Amino acid sequence: MSLTRAEVERVSLLARLQLTSEELDLMTVQMGQIVAYVESLAQLDTDAIEPMAHALDVSNVFAADEPHKSLDRAAALANAPHHDREFYLVPAVLGE
Amino acid sequence: MSRLRHTASEMLAQLASGETTSVELTQACLAQIKAHDRSVKAFLRVDAARALERAEEIDRRRRDGKPLGRLAGLPVAIKDLLCTAGEPTTCGSRMLENFKPPYDATVIAKLKAADAVLIGKTNMDEFAMGGSTENSAYMKTANPWGLERIPGGSSGGAAACVAAGMAPLSVGSDTGGSIRQPAGLCGVTGLKPTYGRVSRYGLVAFASSLDQIGPLARTAEDTALLLEVLAGHDPLDSTSVNSPVPKYSETVKQPLKNLRLGLVREHFGEGLDGEVEAAVRKAVEVYQSLGATVKDVSLPHGKFGVATYYIIAPCEASSNLARYDGVHYGHRTDETKMIASLEVERKALVAAGRQAQADALDNSLVRMYRQSRAEGFGPEVKRRIMLGTYALSAGYYDAYYLKALKVRRLIRKDYDEAFRDVDLIVGPVTATTAFKLGEKINDPLSMYLVDLYTVSANLAGIGGIAFPCGFSAAGLPIGLQLQAPPFEEERLLRAAHMFQQATDWHQRFPTMVP
Repeated sequence: MSLTRAEVERVSLLARLQLTSEELDLMTVQMGQIVAYVESLAQLDTDAIEPMAHALDVSNVFAADEPHKSLDRAAALANAPHHDREFYLVPAVLGE
Repeated sequence: MSRLRHTASEMLAQLASGETTSVELTQACLAQIKAHDRSVKAFLRVDAARALERAEEIDRRRRDGKPLGRLAGLPVAIKDLLCTAGEPTTCGSRMLENFKPPYDATVIAKLKAADAVLIGKTNMDEFAMGGSTENSAYMKTANPWGLERIPGGSSGGAAACVAAGMAPLSVGSDTGGSIRQPAGLCGVTGLKPTYGRVSRYGLVAFASSLDQIGPLARTAEDTALLLEVLAGHDPLDSTSVNSPVPKYSETVKQPLKNLRLGLVREHFGEGLDGEVEAAVRKAVEVYQSLGATVKDVSLPHGKFGVATYYIIAPCEASSNLARYDGVHYGHRTDETKMIASLEVERKALVAAGRQAQADALDNSLVRMYRQSRAEGFGPEVKRRIMLGTYALSAGYYDAYYLKALKVRRLIRKDYDEAFRDVDLIVGPVTATTAFKLGEKINDPLSMYLVDLYTVSANLAGIGGIAFPCGFSAAGLPIGLQLQAPPFEEERLLRAAHMFQQATDWHQRFPTMVP
């Protein structure tokens, strides 16, 4: 199955990536090749196989419900591209 | 022979006896970096002053008879995806160009507690996605054995700096072969531990069910020493396993008796270079001469490893990398320009009478995300995010992700089956020696297939080790890979050490090492 350019463009919105027209063209070809390659898995009968999400057979690792110190606000905001020392700032969306 | 040719274990003995100092060793590494890193480009950053300051402090404590850690005074290089508090950690990406983590990764804290001298951060494929280190946003690392060739990846800088004598020990990460493959291509020893053996806390995440941190060094003995420091349970990583860390550095010297090796039939098929095959078969003969028995085993689903990996890893990556939104940390687009260009697009659509499309245009927040990510990520990272998003999008989940998880189980079962009859699986690390820079950069699929012999261990969660077992006629290293059942790192290290006692491939150096 090959991917269409429109499909790739739709995925670029889901992925929150702004792709140029050239990137969309190239991505359509390359993703098509890779998807065709990974579709080789379809030839395997896996109906009776349990999916393996994880390499370790562990689940539900619990920690004691005790509060402990986390990053203070200044440290948490230190890497933010845009903040007012209290909040992260983003472009206005309300009222558009 | 300069100090740079000594192993880390020899250096430790020399430090203990007073024959050398940490300052001397650190200076020797820094001098080698200064002389040759302009051509190798293994390091993204080296902080000479701080490393020397640290070395001096450790030397002083040694003189004063104070207690010292396991790696006291040894220079160690760090792949630039391990968080170092207050120091840049770029992950080879423009996205994190200005990122200074607020905390240390657990392995960094362990190295500091062991009194290692952190000498610098090594180059890598952006977000560890790649097999040649050519995907770094900053520079391309060269293979010290042939500067026109790739060092492998994604831990290309980590392997190259050890091969080039710039650091005796180095820490990398392996998601689909990213420690073993560059170790093999650069002629050094590199171990990918069992999933859960080493804490991933503070490792910039790529594919969380596959990522594992591990050591690179020149010998199995040094690899054992470094693994012993890195391994162990960490409450901050719930996937790290709560079982005691064996004394790898002590047991590594014990040869394995009656070792049963499995040779994977499927590894010796089409695509395997003749010189690589010959070297691997010779290495197997070395083991036989040491008393090992060899039998053929089959990993019938191994050929589906790359396809399975290139569904699971991009899916996890697309989810992990969603955090780079231009808000919390990382690159953010110039907002004024972004809003202006959005306005231009809107006006153009309206003028063309395409009102519906104008109305459907991104709002400024969505466009800020999209534009920031477009500017911050390179082509391979975008490709993987797109693949993962596609595979996880509505209607495709069962066909791709769920299917891949089922095949992952089959791959693991193959290993369980094989390990009923053999102690270790032996084979090549890669099908060929290091290829030329630029050779595969425009063909993502051929680059993915470089991982053919290494990805299955990540999917199964088992450990593997790579070390040199020969050289091609062109003088390029050929790597041998051993794989073991879960949590049998001791076995991997002991087997590698046995081989290194009987051969001297690991004692060869490229000409740049004095």
